[in-house]
Amino acid sequence: MHESWQGVFGSYVNTSFMDLLRHEAPDLLLTRPGALPALPPAVEPHGMPGVPTATTILALRYAEGVIVAGDRQATEGYQVAHRRIEKVFKTDDYSAVAIAGAAGPAIEMARLFQTELEHYEKVEGDGLSLEGKANKLGQMIRMNLPMAMQGLVVVPIFAGYDLRRAEGRIFNYDVTGGRYEEADYAATGSGGKDARTTLKKLYRTDGARADALRWAAEALIDAAEEDVGTGGPDFIRGIFPTVKVITRDGFADVAEAEVRAQCEAVLAARRQGR
Amino acid sequence: MPLPYYVSPEQMMKDKAEYARKGIARGRSLVALEYQDGILLVAENPSTLLHKISEIYDRIAFAGVGKYNEFENLRIAGVRHADLRGYSYHREDVTAKALANAYSQALGNIFTEGLKPFEVEVLVVEVADGTNGRNEMYHVLYDGSIEDERNYAAMGGQAEEIRRFLKDQYREGLALADAVRVGIRALTVTQNKTLTDRDLEVAVLDQKRERRKFRRVANGELRAILGRPDPPEGGRPMGTS
Repeated sequence: MHESWQGVFGSYVNTSFMDLLRHEAPDLLLTRPGALPALPPAVEPHGMPGVPTATTILALRYAEGVIVAGDRQATEGYQVAHRRIEKVFKTDDYSAVAIAGAAGPAIEMARLFQTELEHYEKVEGDGLSLEGKANKLGQMIRMNLPMAMQGLVVVPIFAGYDLRRAEGRIFNYDVTGGRYEEADYAATGSGGKDARTTLKKLYRTDGARADALRWAAEALIDAAEEDVGTGGPDFIRGIFPTVKVITRDGFADVAEAEVRAQCEAVLAARRQGR
Repeated sequence: MPLPYYVSPEQMMKDKAEYARKGIARGRSLVALEYQDGILLVAENPSTLLHKISEIYDRIAFAGVGKYNEFENLRIAGVRHADLRGYSYHREDVTAKALANAYSQALGNIFTEGLKPFEVEVLVVEVADGTNGRNEMYHVLYDGSIEDERNYAAMGGQAEEIRRFLKDQYREGLALADAVRVGIRALTVTQNKTLTDRDLEVAVLDQKRERRKFRRVANGELRAILGRPDPPEGGRPMGTS
């Protein structure tokens, strides 16, 4: 298929942006052979030293769709690296990815994934199915495996509204790119276990939006209490968790005022010992 | 040894240009108009699946007339160019100007080196990003010549007549519905038939939208603009992105 005129743009017959990168700009890919020096596998509990780690993220299904949320802190060993990072990214009109793990590669992966989906949509004239998107993300995580083995672990949660099935769906991943669909909720990152424990106690199927937002706030606050790497709501600086919803109407931000109100309600209830 | 026939370069270019022009003249036309919120593209295109107008990037759209497989090839190359650039630098760094230049280079090379020139004309349009800058429209011809247009542009078989019509009829700051009507009248200026929503492909780059400004105007919306009742069976609108 190669013709001389295609030299201007390069030549490839594919709808994948990642394949395009592999041909045109392999140095922009997440992992390539020889990209990292051969280090012994990391044993640090908080990832590779000197690399900020994004901590707690969660997603839960409710009646109208799915909520994706994350705290705002990046942690480097026992230090706070950043207080205001964003861990939830819109990937297209009906899906979002939340990232935990080594912040640099994770944010880059979210950006690449977003470009990949948009590229497919533009070239093909129609978007991928939600399953297709979930599989693609799995492949990208697998691509990152050599870096994960050296401590730069990236474990996202992918969530979206499946227009064909008319419901919100959540996909969880392991470092090898293994993809697991969750029926109710998912949480990962250093505070993921604590968030899951809270959600396990509170979660009910087909909850209303306000309830689901409350559960997400409870879970993130519990994670912040139990896990040193996770940041809680910060009323002094005005930093609150990122919360997004995806429904039949598409992706939407939950206004900071609403998130703040939920956090205040949770803390007020606890202050009164409820 | 027989000598190959000598053909002067002038003659060769003339033949090629004539060939390309004939191919393009057979195709249906397309117009682009600046309206109050951005840029409107209207094409006569009975197919709902094979598009002449497409999204390239956040603020950039592509339109082609002539041979479908040839401009489709260019469209995909454009999407690749834009996504690659936007990923390696930043989304702001993808510009219609760079893309139009790349098309100009590509078409120019094909025209001079290839056995057969592409029978296409393409339009690359970029909507202003709200606060500063203005709309840009680049018209690239089959031989790689490039020009930037203001207010309106026309391509395809009846481009000359359409341009003449728009020169009289076009006004700045049109509302979307008015711009659509002007666009459709322009397309029918040389023919007696009227065009319905089924014969048209309409899309806008709408400044008021979030990041991705491109939007296809679905059949239903088009019917509402044209003031025609819904047909009983109701054709499914395509591409609602």
